[in-house]
Amino acid sequence: MEPLTWTGSIAFLNPLLAIALVLMTASILAWILASIVLPEPQMTVNPDGTLTSGSGIRNLIQALMRYSFLASVGLAVAYIVLGILMGTSAGIIGAMMQQFLPVWFSLILLYAMSIAFKRKLGLYGKLFDSPIGMIGFGLVMFWVFTGIFGALDLIVTHDSLSQVSGMKNKVPGTPLPSVEDGEYAWYLLGGDNLARDVFSRMVKGAWIVVQIAPLATMFAFMVGITLGLPAGYYGGRLDTLLSFLANLILAFPVILLFYLLVTPEIVATGVPNYMAAVLFIFPIIFLGVLLNSRYYTRPTFRTPLLIGVLGVALWLYLSLISTGGYVVNTDAYGIWGLPTFLDLFDVPAGILVVFVSVVFVNSPTVFRIVRGLAMDIKTRDYVAAAQTRGEGPWYIMLWEILPNARGPLIVDFCLRIGYTTILLGTLGFFGLGLPPESPDWGSTINEGRKLLSVYLHPALPPALALLSLVLGLNLLADGLREESLKD
Amino acid sequence: MGLFILRRVGIMLLTALCLTFLVFYLTNLYPNLEKLAKTQGNFRMSDEQVESFLEKGGYLQSTPVKYGEWLGILPSYRHTNEDGTVQGRCILPGKTAEESPNFCGILQGYWGYSTVFKEEVSTVVGTRLALTGRLMFWVMLLMVPSALILGILAGMKEGSATDRTLSTFAITTTATPEYVSGVIFIAIFTSSAVGLKWFKGTATQAMENPTFENFFLPVLTIALYGMGYIARMTRASMTEVMTAQYIRTARLKGVSFPNIVMKHALRNALIAPFTVIMLQFPWLLNGVVIVETLFNYKGFGWALVQAAGNNDIQLLLAISVVSVFVVLVTQLISDIGYVYLNPRIRIS
Repeated sequence: MEPLTWTGSIAFLNPLLAIALVLMTASILAWILASIVLPEPQMTVNPDGTLTSGSGIRNLIQALMRYSFLASVGLAVAYIVLGILMGTSAGIIGAMMQQFLPVWFSLILLYAMSIAFKRKLGLYGKLFDSPIGMIGFGLVMFWVFTGIFGALDLIVTHDSLSQVSGMKNKVPGTPLPSVEDGEYAWYLLGGDNLARDVFSRMVKGAWIVVQIAPLATMFAFMVGITLGLPAGYYGGRLDTLLSFLANLILAFPVILLFYLLVTPEIVATGVPNYMAAVLFIFPIIFLGVLLNSRYYTRPTFRTPLLIGVLGVALWLYLSLISTGGYVVNTDAYGIWGLPTFLDLFDVPAGILVVFVSVVFVNSPTVFRIVRGLAMDIKTRDYVAAAQTRGEGPWYIMLWEILPNARGPLIVDFCLRIGYTTILLGTLGFFGLGLPPESPDWGSTINEGRKLLSVYLHPALPPALALLSLVLGLNLLADGLREESLKD
Repeated sequence: MGLFILRRVGIMLLTALCLTFLVFYLTNLYPNLEKLAKTQGNFRMSDEQVESFLEKGGYLQSTPVKYGEWLGILPSYRHTNEDGTVQGRCILPGKTAEESPNFCGILQGYWGYSTVFKEEVSTVVGTRLALTGRLMFWVMLLMVPSALILGILAGMKEGSATDRTLSTFAITTTATPEYVSGVIFIAIFTSSAVGLKWFKGTATQAMENPTFENFFLPVLTIALYGMGYIARMTRASMTEVMTAQYIRTARLKGVSFPNIVMKHALRNALIAPFTVIMLQFPWLLNGVVIVETLFNYKGFGWALVQAAGNNDIQLLLAISVVSVFVVLVTQLISDIGYVYLNPRIRIS
């Protein structure tokens, strides 16, 4: 087998792309300069009532920018399409594009459906009016689909843990020394210092982030909302106490907290299990109060609903916190949990402690945001109207204040998933929590950086992957903010 | 005002007490003590040996008592060895039990002895903080002016070309954590694979002899992550000021655009970024830990990693006191500064 080059037989596109990119950069710079130096374009009113603006240098630059941008996008699409069609004969890029085929397919389907029905989809549909939001959403969904299909073993070329002798630190596109039947013949992005496939590890790492980050952020939001609403609504002693506790956690440097919490020694004492038992109960409280405050006037409907919802929630909660029949299982003592035959899933201790500490670090900030919003919104007229109607305080908090605070909360949710991704990477970077052979991006960056002065390829793919995912989430949040401010 | 500061200082002390107790509790859990004993003695110690090691060091007392000793409000633990010599926290090498004081905690100005660096904690923290202080100074010098300029340029005309480009840049930097940007910088500017080799990949030499070549990359890496956030806040506050009535009045009077920005808008637009810059300090602390590990610059963050990795209790406590102090003092300064800069707000 021949080693692959980066672009193979579609290398004729490279100079074209380079020209388009250079033109785009130059025109953007010229645009900025022009907007500072040149005067505003003069509008002239024609006798028939139409407007003409002087076609000066500004318009020229703008046209150049538009066309060079379109050319770059077109060329990028050409790389993808040719890559899908030609596969490995289009080099490493082509082979990767072909591997990502299910992702492209899902993205096109998602975008086609969303744009077709965007007027019926509320805030989500409005996202497709903002180019920034669309780019951000595309980046995020690319990694979400990559994570999901990667977990189904669709995209990966090799097992993320298996080592192939002779492939240690090999550059991207190196063929395997001996190919068995049905095995992919190249390491697309090279091998790392343990001779594992960098490309497959990057794809598998996406799954870890896609699993943990949104879920941990959601739990943090549940905790923050359940505590922040009463703190903001009631104020007084409760507010002082909760705010003090939140500031206490916020005053702690995050990394010091991680170093204290996410160690095998702390896992052995069972502290994370206690924290999990406390933190994960908030969603149940939230759900219970949410439904009860709305339907308590109709007990015949409320009681079965609450029993059903809380029953399922409690079952999930107990399966989440108990492992092997125990909630806490240390050498000295154990606390009984759900019996193993009822236990739906087991969370490995390493993952649980990571999850708990990320929720713990994020919830005080959410608490502060929710508290601020609640304090602002409780002075509104519709809250006064609800109070006059005689609604209970929890109804007002959860069904009057919370829906009206959703705009900033949704935006912050997107930003916070990005921040959680960064935190997970930090944990991996310091080798805390997750097992050392885990393919998550932080750990692979940490492993790759040690040989960075000689081999770039093990560290750069996970770094760029993390960068693009977080960037996508930030752009998505920006687009959502812009669109939600429009009404 | 005096009462306000007094109250804040009181809360600060209470927070510091709570947090140090938390650190104390977590580091004194038995598995952590076992790890400490094994790193101090040897890794093949039996359970009995670990027990007797901890007994000698006074680690097996109850946590509140040990915490009291550390604070200096309880007399410190002494252990009489079989040969009659007495050892204890207060008895420094070369002193006898009679010469040493009974109380030695932070109230007496004694921060303890670092088991990793084999030095007094106060000297360790002092030297490491000085190194990190130098790093932070240059970070601030690079970050604050460039972030403010970026934000003001972007916020001058909302929606203009400059605004779009600079905002995209700001979003990209906030999306790039230090361990990503640091790795990319090292890859591009220092590795032999790319071949530029403009800078050094480690900052170890910068501890004695900081030069542009070995110190610029760590500074840039930290500054870039914080810069985007400050720039976005500055932009937001600048766009708000630029739509204010008095700016429109000035424009209609015929004041030139540069004059409006410099004389009318800038002062009011810089109130909000001031608080943001102050509140960035805790975040910079995180960045410092990552960057010092990445570039092997043996400062405060590096010491934190060493202390936490080896369960060096006294050093960890000192480090958490210092970092909590930094966080709370910057919060206090930002509150006072906000009142001072914005005459519309008065603390009653």
